[in-house]
Amino acid sequence: MIVRKSDRVLVQGITGKQGTFWTEQMQAYGTTVVGGVNPKKAGQSHCGVPIFATAKEAMANGGFDVSVMFIPPAAAKAAAIDAIEAGAKTVVCLTEHIPSHDVMEMHAAAAEHGTRIIGPNTAGIVTPGEGFVGIMPAFNPRVFQPGRVGVISRSGSLGTLVCLNLVRGGHGQSAFLGIGGDPMIGTTTKDALAVLIDDPGTDAIALVGEIGGSMEEEAAELVAKTDKPVVSFIAGRASPPGKKMGHAGAIVTGDRGSHASKRGALERAGAVVVDVPGDLPAALDALMAEAAKRSGAQRLAD
Amino acid sequence: MNFEEQAGKSVLARAGVSVPQGRLCASAQEAEDAARAIGPVVVKAQVPAGKRGKSGGVKLAATPEEAATAAQAILGMEIGGFPVARVLVEEQAAIAREFYAAVLNDPASRSPLVLFSTEGGMDIEEVAATRPESLRRMAVDIRKGFGPADARRLLLGLDLGEAAVPVAAMLVDLYRVYRQHDAELLEINPLALLADGRVVPLDCKLTVDDAALYRQADIAGLGAKEPLSALEERGRALDLKYIELEGNVGVLANGAGLTMTTMDVVSHAGGRPANFLEIGGEAYTKGTEALDLVLSNPGVKSLVVNFCGAFARTDVMAGGVIQAWKTLNPTIPVFFSIHGTGEDEAVRMVREELGIEPYDRMEDAISAAVEAAR
Repeated sequence: MIVRKSDRVLVQGITGKQGTFWTEQMQAYGTTVVGGVNPKKAGQSHCGVPIFATAKEAMANGGFDVSVMFIPPAAAKAAAIDAIEAGAKTVVCLTEHIPSHDVMEMHAAAAEHGTRIIGPNTAGIVTPGEGFVGIMPAFNPRVFQPGRVGVISRSGSLGTLVCLNLVRGGHGQSAFLGIGGDPMIGTTTKDALAVLIDDPGTDAIALVGEIGGSMEEEAAELVAKTDKPVVSFIAGRASPPGKKMGHAGAIVTGDRGSHASKRGALERAGAVVVDVPGDLPAALDALMAEAAKRSGAQRLAD
Repeated sequence: MNFEEQAGKSVLARAGVSVPQGRLCASAQEAEDAARAIGPVVVKAQVPAGKRGKSGGVKLAATPEEAATAAQAILGMEIGGFPVARVLVEEQAAIAREFYAAVLNDPASRSPLVLFSTEGGMDIEEVAATRPESLRRMAVDIRKGFGPADARRLLLGLDLGEAAVPVAAMLVDLYRVYRQHDAELLEINPLALLADGRVVPLDCKLTVDDAALYRQADIAGLGAKEPLSALEERGRALDLKYIELEGNVGVLANGAGLTMTTMDVVSHAGGRPANFLEIGGEAYTKGTEALDLVLSNPGVKSLVVNFCGAFARTDVMAGGVIQAWKTLNPTIPVFFSIHGTGEDEAVRMVREELGIEPYDRMEDAISAAVEAAR
């Protein structure tokens, strides 16, 4: 799920205002955009790439690896399933406010075809210096620089802030993985963390969480097993508790979901959780120095 | 969108599920009349919240006079933050057993989940903790659905006797209503087996996905109104996510994650946020309306504008804020931090048009705002 220059990207909804703007940004940054989808303009070209009627047609005519959706909520399910059935390896679903039953149908189709869905409601993924897919300010050098820290965030705005803080503190990123703010997302915090733990280009991880759900608690299981330093900020400590209707949801997540629960789980697993995002770089420096000392000692012992 | 008991039951009834006979009443007189027509009744507060029974919001009445007295006592109560404006006057059922049934969205399996327990009428968390063997759950492949064979498999081995058949049929019905109406949750507790062998929902909690209301127009009007302050009503009308809080530092940011973080940092710096308001996503063009809304709260003594634009262009958001600032000409101090898409232009505009220098670090902007609000 780390975007590479070799990934061929299809833009569903390429001809719309946002589709056009962000396709141009992606191309200018170096992302390999191979085509777009708009059934009404099939056969024409836009942003210098061919437009297809469907993702399946795009797959049959040259192929693609990653699809990114600039599609309104009511049409999102059909577009996602088109890309999944076409054989997309990854679907980046930017759309917010897709009806949850449609989202579950998308996930069921993705599971059947072995497609990774990122999102819904993600701001996308960035590999600084290589490419980006989505709606992140990859081209802003104050926010993104090539480096060795992997960043996971549900939120695009908060992810941007965290990347800004990292660059300010001298840390570039190996990858930014925006996983999306919806309750049912295809790639969880834990899934994204597994990718960064396996990535040889990533030395340390910044895990940005939010209150609600239990993804951070589940990710803590992997934090405990990795040698890579993990720093974290969890948003929502000062947010008023939401009203809850019924109790059936509570037995699925138990009492998980609060700031204290997430922070506790991550800290017990060895992560450093900071109070404000501005403290992330210093926490990272300290952990990385410690890790370097450990591996130095290890080398001496060997 | 949450539905009160009676609204949920009318959704069930419209879908062909049989529910007890009842009437919605707004006064003691109406309750008395209803009881005269129905017979012995139960009088239940109608609020979109749980724990009605424990709060005294559910009373039995054998006669019309008792129904009037019960309604008198319940109307005007406040339960779970909701004032009780209406009661449901419903026939008393001859209950043989009470079960629990629910269909809900399950984030862990990313699929619908059907739940059933032979222990009805109690908190389901308690059942899960103390009698886990009585609780059955089944994740459903949403493309295949949940049919009678699935229901029988879910119930297999539970001691239901002859009730197994109507309970299975009820579960299939509940799943059908859940799907038909884009529910996030449809919970029946208790689901009663009556002395005559029928299985009927005695309570109903229904939550319909807000994102799907555009295709649920036929039932959207039955949903409960959220208790909103006047300013929150205004935010709702503008399609802005605004929550009024007790503090004095106004917050205007983009994206839910950054807005929550801004509130966290206000709180960490020793201040109290006056509101949650985010203008990210499609709302990033509404800077003018948003600022007007934040400043309409008389408790606001200083303001933080914190933008970190990805999709949301900071130059567009800042332009809206600047325009509103010039029109409203407020006397409180404002502190900016702006980064991300369009930041050079946004910073230049704030500097030139308002004569204010944005802070590089949001923590510094927020500390200054907290200090100014003291």
